[in-house]
Amino acid sequence: MSTPATRPKRPPSTLGAFVTKEMHHILRDRQTLAILLLMPLVQVLLFGYALRTDIRDLRVAVVDPTPDVATLRLRSRLAATSRFRLLKVSTTTNVLPELFQRRTADVALVLPTSFAERMGRGDTAQVLLITDASDPNTGTTMQVYVRSVLADFERDFGGARPRAGAIFIAVASRMRFNPTLESANLFVPGLIALVLTLVSALMTAISLSREKELGTLEVLLVSPLRPWQIIVGKVVPYLVLGFAITCLVLTAARVVFSVPMRGSVTLLLAESVLFTIVSLSLGVLVAARTSSQRAAMLGALVGTMMPTALLSGMIFPITSMPGWLQPVTRVVPARWFIVIARGIMLKGIGLEYLWRETAVLAGMALLLLVAATRSFHAHLD
Amino acid sequence: MTARGAGAAIEAEGLSRHFGAVKALDDVSFDVRPGELFGFIGPDGAGKTTLFRILTTLQRPDAGSARVLGLDVVKDFWAIRTRVGYMPGRFSLYADLSVEENLRFFASVFGTTLEQGAKLIAPIYEQIAPFKDRRAGALSGGMKQKLALCCALVHTPELLLLDEPTTGVDAVSRREFWDLLEKLRASGLTIVASTPYMDEASRCERVALIQRGKILEIADPRRIGERFDRPLIAVRARERMRLLEALRAHPGAGSVFPFGDVVHYTDARPGGDARAIADAVRQDLAARGIADAEVEIVSPGIEDVFMALMQRRGAEAA
Repeated sequence: MSTPATRPKRPPSTLGAFVTKEMHHILRDRQTLAILLLMPLVQVLLFGYALRTDIRDLRVAVVDPTPDVATLRLRSRLAATSRFRLLKVSTTTNVLPELFQRRTADVALVLPTSFAERMGRGDTAQVLLITDASDPNTGTTMQVYVRSVLADFERDFGGARPRAGAIFIAVASRMRFNPTLESANLFVPGLIALVLTLVSALMTAISLSREKELGTLEVLLVSPLRPWQIIVGKVVPYLVLGFAITCLVLTAARVVFSVPMRGSVTLLLAESVLFTIVSLSLGVLVAARTSSQRAAMLGALVGTMMPTALLSGMIFPITSMPGWLQPVTRVVPARWFIVIARGIMLKGIGLEYLWRETAVLAGMALLLLVAATRSFHAHLD
Repeated sequence: MTARGAGAAIEAEGLSRHFGAVKALDDVSFDVRPGELFGFIGPDGAGKTTLFRILTTLQRPDAGSARVLGLDVVKDFWAIRTRVGYMPGRFSLYADLSVEENLRFFASVFGTTLEQGAKLIAPIYEQIAPFKDRRAGALSGGMKQKLALCCALVHTPELLLLDEPTTGVDAVSRREFWDLLEKLRASGLTIVASTPYMDEASRCERVALIQRGKILEIADPRRIGERFDRPLIAVRARERMRLLEALRAHPGAGSVFPFGDVVHYTDARPGGDARAIADAVRQDLAARGIADAEVEIVSPGIEDVFMALMQRRGAEAA
């Protein structure tokens, strides 16, 4: 009767009781619960409204040393677009350094002297475009916007003489799937990854290490409960919570920002569950290797939240990372999930294109689940 | 070596366990008879917790073996876990669950129900039942301790292991708790408890004195004083610090240690006439300017034996 195989059968209610108990912990800690439910909503709103990478209301300063018909047209053209606000027109470039230092201007357009005359002659008119590139991504985007206005202008007024090379840049670019570069569309999939990591990895790590700290784990270990039963009991409630929060974020994104859902919602939710399992296993692993709640929290933040926020392509594109860092992102589960979520939501593609990413996630889930169960011993040492 | 009865509740043989360079347990052997209330007494860090963790199968010994309810603590640990009740040093309850929820949870963890366990815990549970809907975190220390005891008993174990169950509990609750343990023992349950308190140890049938991972002595606490081979003098004075210094300076002083509001003194030489020693002490104290000293001969208690054994150990080690 000593071998585990011959041990007396456990009544089926044990796991249920464990899950119920864990639900009590979650529901009675009102403060944490409120944070868990409100934070994703606040983040959706923040990312949607405040942290935009699409640019509106660009403040443009124009240096026009010799105002004439052509420059006035160009200026009114700029002012007419919703993206630009004509901030200042000056005849000298002296004012520019201060405008940029004070961050009152985003873009400056320096026009040559006798612009209309040069255009009329078909001469080259050199135009200087200055942007505040302290944020390189924004800088690039702003340049693109101004150039497109200049190109339009050239087409309308210099079109008869195509050799007039002053403003000859005709950039043909198309933004697929997100033509208006709505940042909410890009952020929501990443946000789901971030929130799921928080709920599953961080909360599981904290709740498991809390039992360690309080000594209740010692009592659970002395019981006939198997390690996997303890882990499943711990993990299932957070799986449910994560699922609920995913639905919440998706609904909010849809209602407030009309973020599209071009693919299958069911598939997206299933992939979210897969990703949650990966994060939960990471949380258990972190808790198994730490002895206090504080250490577990730090471990989960550094080990799961930071990679999810920084190395998943959620905020910073992986292609703009240094060469050595790009392969590192492959071990970050969120990287794969974000590709999947963006694919489903924005491109409307299914498993036929996403099976590779799904397989990577499933592999990670299996590996980490085994590692998590192994890390959790039947003994204290 | 003690003779081993076939039905011993616990048989431990040469148990050793170290953590790094620290020897937590060093060749510990003892046995506990079925139905016995057995105590471990020793200072903090003596190895009591490690011993309990080995007996509850939470930790494994480096050397030696132990059988609990006839089962090997290393090989048969799953079987032991269903049949033993354990209350760790810090009461392990869920503060955000109610009294009843805690009990039901621990019952279900052991695959049973509160109703099935009701018979054994009834005398304890009736004391906390009025608060059954209260969160465990809002209970007093004594109540928490009773709830923890109920949780450890709810699956009707055959052996109850309590690691310093009264730490951090007031004196009245401590006494009540030991009354409960005696009641449980009377119903046939085997109980092993550890404690740093001498008065609790004296309520055990047998007690093992443990220090630095070694068992110094296993004895009946009521007869342990008989092993004390020299007269014991209790001295009381208003200025205790001066009294301690004076007694230590007394020629022929053996052990001098504070004991409650008195100081216990023994001579370094074994034997000797109690009355003569007491007189010598009284005269010496008066000569040293402590006029209010009350000197009397007392019979040694378990602490005195323990102190004497510890001192002898220290002398041997030096």
